[in-house]
Amino acid sequence: MNFIWLFLIIVSIIFGAINGKLNDVVNSIMSGAELSINIAIGITGVMVFWLGIMKIAEKSGLVEKISEILKPFAEFLFPEAYEKNKKAIGNIAMNFSANALGLSNAATPMGLEAMKELQRINKDKTSASDSMCMLLAMNTAGFQLIPATVIAVLAASGSGNPTEIIIPTLLVTSFAFLSAIFTAKIMQRFFPPQNETEVNENGDV
Amino acid sequence: MEMFKHALDIISLWALPFIILLILITAYIKKVPVYETFVEGAKEGVNTTLRIVPYLTAIIVAVAMFRASGCLDFITLHCSGFLSKIHLPAEILPLAIVRSLSGSAALGVFSDIAAQNPVDSFTVKLGAIMLGSSETTFYVLAVYFGSVGIKKYRYALATGLIADFAGIIGAIIVATLFF
Repeated sequence: MNFIWLFLIIVSIIFGAINGKLNDVVNSIMSGAELSINIAIGITGVMVFWLGIMKIAEKSGLVEKISEILKPFAEFLFPEAYEKNKKAIGNIAMNFSANALGLSNAATPMGLEAMKELQRINKDKTSASDSMCMLLAMNTAGFQLIPATVIAVLAASGSGNPTEIIIPTLLVTSFAFLSAIFTAKIMQRFFPPQNETEVNENGDV
Repeated sequence: MEMFKHALDIISLWALPFIILLILITAYIKKVPVYETFVEGAKEGVNTTLRIVPYLTAIIVAVAMFRASGCLDFITLHCSGFLSKIHLPAEILPLAIVRSLSGSAALGVFSDIAAQNPVDSFTVKLGAIMLGSSETTFYVLAVYFGSVGIKKYRYALATGLIADFAGIIGAIIVATLFF
């Protein structure tokens, strides 16, 4: 991430200078920074609401129930989390369902809640556990049943049959999703295991 | 096809109301004080967003700068010869790159493709499949790991990029087979 971030910024400035677009690049710093705060403010409300609802689900035992129902998947994908933290599994399941249904606003708070639970059982608080990498693999692959935004753009451009892309997209998104899961599964065998960190009672480093 | 979409639309519409009802009714039966519990959980929401702001700003600014620099046009220009040799439209390349970086940018690139090509052309359909099957890897990584203070991503970035690449190849194959 360090390298990529550095690369993006340095390349942008050099290319901007060569293309005579340096002014645009400078302006994009301001507009990008502003956009990031707008996004953050935009998701705060949804985040607050969903974390509230999720707390109720947790206290009424629903989150643990979901993880029991999904035992076979959970044991394969998140063995460590399934053993030590059932709440994480429930949150992961809800994050996945929300993503699949295209409800990305609801998916983010659920995913972040899952990350928090996974961090609780993480051996090294500064590095990603195998379960976290698996959750991220599932999220970056972006499995979605209906590409609603794309259909809307196609329809707006005057396509006669915008829904014809549903099945091909579903094939591709499933394929990408499965590749992500299996890549993560294979990678975890070859990557050196995490070191332990000293952790105090609050879970802080 | 239409039936399938219709059924899924109904499921999408009802998913959230159903989940909320299920959670609240279960909580009521289990005698959980719903209002107090909601507020207790919701308090953490503000902290969570405050925690992710630096990560969000870092990635969004870098991507905005990259887009403004014209670097993508440069890459497209220099790869169009190679792409046309393997029968792929050059416009697809910026979309393939940008879809890992930023969702709104990818949507912008796709809207351009849809506006500048016949709507039922192969290029537009390939673009549609590519965009529909993607999620912005860098944004997700930055926000999720940022929210819990993870600094070493280990193999998460590599996994995300491999899956993105698999998605691009998959989209090209499927689009060729279907259209």
